[in-house]
Amino acid sequence: MEISVSLSSLLEEHRDELLSDWAEALRSATTRRADLISDEQVRVEAKQFITLLARATRTGTADLEGSDWDELRGLLGDVSRSRALAGFTPSEIATFVFSFKEPLFDLLSKAAADGGNAQALLADNWRANLLLDRLGLYTTEVYQSAREEIIRRQQQEMLELSTPVVKLWDQILAVPLIGTMDSERTQVVMESLLEMISETSAAFAVIDITGVPTVDTLVAQHLLKTAAAARLMGAEVIISGIRPQIAQTVVQLGVELPEVTTKASIADAFALALRRLGWTVSRNEKA
Amino acid sequence: MEAELLERLRLDREEDVMRVRQAARRWAIDLGFGLVDQTKIVTAVSELARNAFVYGGGGYVTAEITHVRERSGLRITFEDQGPGIADLELAMRDGYGTGEGLGLGLGGARRLMHEFDIRSEVGKGTTVTVTRWA
Amino acid sequence: MNRIPVLRMGRFLLVTVQMDLDDSTAAQLEEDLTTGIVKHRAEGVLIDISGLDFVDSFIGRTLVGIASSSRLLGAETVVVGMRSAVAITLIELGIAMNGVRTALNVERGMELLSGLVGGGRPGDGG
Repeated sequence: MEISVSLSSLLEEHRDELLSDWAEALRSATTRRADLISDEQVRVEAKQFITLLARATRTGTADLEGSDWDELRGLLGDVSRSRALAGFTPSEIATFVFSFKEPLFDLLSKAAADGGNAQALLADNWRANLLLDRLGLYTTEVYQSAREEIIRRQQQEMLELSTPVVKLWDQILAVPLIGTMDSERTQVVMESLLEMISETSAAFAVIDITGVPTVDTLVAQHLLKTAAAARLMGAEVIISGIRPQIAQTVVQLGVELPEVTTKASIADAFALALRRLGWTVSRNEKA
Repeated sequence: MEAELLERLRLDREEDVMRVRQAARRWAIDLGFGLVDQTKIVTAVSELARNAFVYGGGGYVTAEITHVRERSGLRITFEDQGPGIADLELAMRDGYGTGEGLGLGLGGARRLMHEFDIRSEVGKGTTVTVTRWA
Repeated sequence: MNRIPVLRMGRFLLVTVQMDLDDSTAAQLEEDLTTGIVKHRAEGVLIDISGLDFVDSFIGRTLVGIASSSRLLGAETVVVGMRSAVAITLIELGIAMNGVRTALNVERGMELLSGLVGGGRPGDGG
């Protein structure tokens, strides 16, 4: 799709006029979001948009991936990302671009009325329309990836907070797994457990799976690898909280649990670890 | 898929194997890999660099950042002009202490990395390329 | 190639491995330990690998080899201080490291060795 070169000069000549029309439209729009962004900021961005659009259309190519469009894409990317972070919806962001159509159409109509080539200007308007559609959609794409990045970061933070490793006793650690454990989450938890074993020189680590509704093969494998890694380091893992249903599933999956001690409850696991470390628990006689 | 060259190192002497390991740690850190991933990368690199040096007579190690859509990764290539491997399948089999396979550590390196590619021609040499996604 | 010093602590030999263990240093270590076991009539060997930020198949085989040759010479071996990232990687790598006893740190390693080795050889003063 080619754009006529006259569009570029038109944008440059009438930039200020376009800017004030557009800024007015943006200010009175229902999607204005004055709570999230200042008029001044909007005006600055609008001015840059027109300037860069004029520059980009100078050579007449409409290949948005090309180098002519790098600067404008850069601006839209920044605008989109900063507004995404501020809390704008994708429609609100795209409206920034789409709302330019009306002032541009007004300008082209006036140019036609002033004795310009109406046919050519009509074609220009149509092409500009298509172009602005694509630019508006581009802001939506940038918005998507910005949101995905935020979500990924939040998930990571939640992972780290949600399964704390606790110290039950000198040299005995425990980590209660709660909720559905997917492969990635299990891996993160197991790595921090092993790191804690190293830091605290814990001889025993109890992994309690009472709060895990189902254990699939991947999760079972992670548990086994963790037990093997702990053994390599010189510590021992005890898995507790294996319910009858999980025991059946594990057997059906064909996963063997060789050399890993298992106990029905975390209390049993704790008692075992204490015994192995040479402790005895006794109750005082009542006075 | 685009790739950016990070570093290209020669693998001629025993000291080079160590240099390559240290470089691998740096590349992994620079690309933002966590500690466990760094360790996997350095270990895989150690296996493959040793192979290229001991069995392949030396060669080159090339590190690149590779991008596929949204993902970026560390891609490392080991090239030697050594005798080449006649039986790739046998070479890939693990041989730690059992006498099977050739103890080349190829299987191990494959398990530690996300992508693994090996090309070898008897009399010409061997090229191994591994990638780990960030 | 660097030479790793072998220290004598009573009836045990203690070795601390720093980072960047190259192949020839590892081979030399195995030789020095076997010589040391015989020379000092050592009953145990403690290898501290807390300084290693990775262990590949060659280093793994070296540790297994040291444990085997030491046992033939009548000494037990304990490897201590393996980092968690290293342990995780070794499991992924699939190296068994069978026959190598491990402990979390030097202190536990010494306790383990004492337990394994018992109360001295016959013919010693006690």
